[in-house]
Amino acid sequence: MYVAVKGGEQAIASAHRWLADRRRGDRERAELEVAQIGDQLRLAVDRVMSEASLYDPELAALAFKQASGDLTEAVFLLRAYRTTLPRLAVSEPLDTAGMRIERRISATYKDIPGGQILGPTYDYTHRLLDFLQLAGAEVPPAETRDDVTDAEPCPQILALLNDEGLVEQAIDDGREPMDITRDPPDYPMGRAARLQMLARGDEGYLLALGYSTQRGYGRNHPFAGEIRQGQVEVEIHVEEWDETICVGEIALSECQMINQFGGSREAAPQFTRGYGLAFGHNERKTMAMALVDRALRAEELGEPISGPAQQAEFVLAHADSVDASGFVSHLKLPHYVDFQSELDLLRRLRREHAARQAELADAHEAVKPPSEES
Amino acid sequence: MTRTSRGARQRLLALSSRQHIEAHWGALGRLPDHRCLRGPETGMAMLKGRIGATGNAFHLGEMTLTRASVALDDGTVGHGWVRGRDHRHAELIALADAVAQHAAWQEALETRVLAPLADELAARQRRDAATAAATRVDFFTLVRGE
Repeated sequence: MYVAVKGGEQAIASAHRWLADRRRGDRERAELEVAQIGDQLRLAVDRVMSEASLYDPELAALAFKQASGDLTEAVFLLRAYRTTLPRLAVSEPLDTAGMRIERRISATYKDIPGGQILGPTYDYTHRLLDFLQLAGAEVPPAETRDDVTDAEPCPQILALLNDEGLVEQAIDDGREPMDITRDPPDYPMGRAARLQMLARGDEGYLLALGYSTQRGYGRNHPFAGEIRQGQVEVEIHVEEWDETICVGEIALSECQMINQFGGSREAAPQFTRGYGLAFGHNERKTMAMALVDRALRAEELGEPISGPAQQAEFVLAHADSVDASGFVSHLKLPHYVDFQSELDLLRRLRREHAARQAELADAHEAVKPPSEES
Repeated sequence: MTRTSRGARQRLLALSSRQHIEAHWGALGRLPDHRCLRGPETGMAMLKGRIGATGNAFHLGEMTLTRASVALDDGTVGHGWVRGRDHRHAELIALADAVAQHAAWQEALETRVLAPLADELAARQRRDAATAAATRVDFFTLVRGE
């Protein structure tokens, strides 16, 4: 027999009202505006866009506000919104070599065309709390270099430094990539589909996996060959004009990792590569992504699979925070009937156990030698 | 007078903010009436990256995209696309596309709207480049001993 039980509507409504009240906070203070979040908490916004797999800074800021700053919940909100929109176009591949550079560094070559540009980075800060911010001190505007009238070209370093063939090259053979939002993932999975899954993967999870490769679980000795951040124009092909047109710009972060050698009897040893690309300013994410991308190439490069980060199905099937938090969170839902059946089962097992123990005790009693009389 | 190509105009207007476009739009005076043929409607574009920046394409993720198509009174059709969800922005781009097909409006569009917007875009990009350049590292070598 199954008896459906209803209830809790009033409790749920009141809980949500309390949630909204908590989110609003002290009414004596101005309410946080979505535009302020987009402007002043932009790294949170970038992370939400990246993991939700939808570039829209305003909506990501709204999701962040609505989720009271819970990034995983905000990602869920934006990902859910994504399902309500039709797909109007597929872009041309983004040209990161043509990026308007805000930051561009290389840990492998000091002198590079275009130079090392630090951009608005937390690197080299002292990680000391800045109590002036608590006091609301004025912030001076960014400096500019007035002798610069145009951005110096910043070519992709790894493509540039290949005269000796020391670095593996990434060449387009025109193959159309799989789209995991249209075709269910299947293993083994090609690198393009793996990168799509990693690009929306949870940053903390990818960071831990990337770190594990550095600590020896699938070691591949990486160098940050080039990291760049900036604005890239988006182009789509439109049927109306039969022409490829620019529809705007987006901020991107890219990491080109150089790793230790691959080679075979035919091919001379050369550096191999891992790649990371993400929406917004998401440097740590792209570095972790590049480490994991490289680790997942173990089979292709004939390396032993010894660490968790090299196991594609394990890594990819657990990378999405919407999937993961959904399945973990469902444990909170009423499982009264499930649990009742487990209780019944457990009681039966214990009765059987007790009966067996009693039988054993009886048998033991029967064979026991007569005890000495005291 | 220079004539901006259709693609270059679409790019300029898509890279300019709607507020900037509207600030100059009034200088066109009274425009012919128009109606929307399609949209403005918001959807998404799937964005592709390249493995290692130069290799095979992969799907990076999506972005919001709005498109609009308008027709002027005389039937001239214009199209516009812009990243994001701003319907008015897409409609203005489509309207500019339609208006640009009329000799009477084309010159005013060039000089009163596109030219100042191109200047503003160039100034903004120059400022960004100059800000980034201020964070460029100048290496120097410390020589020890004689």
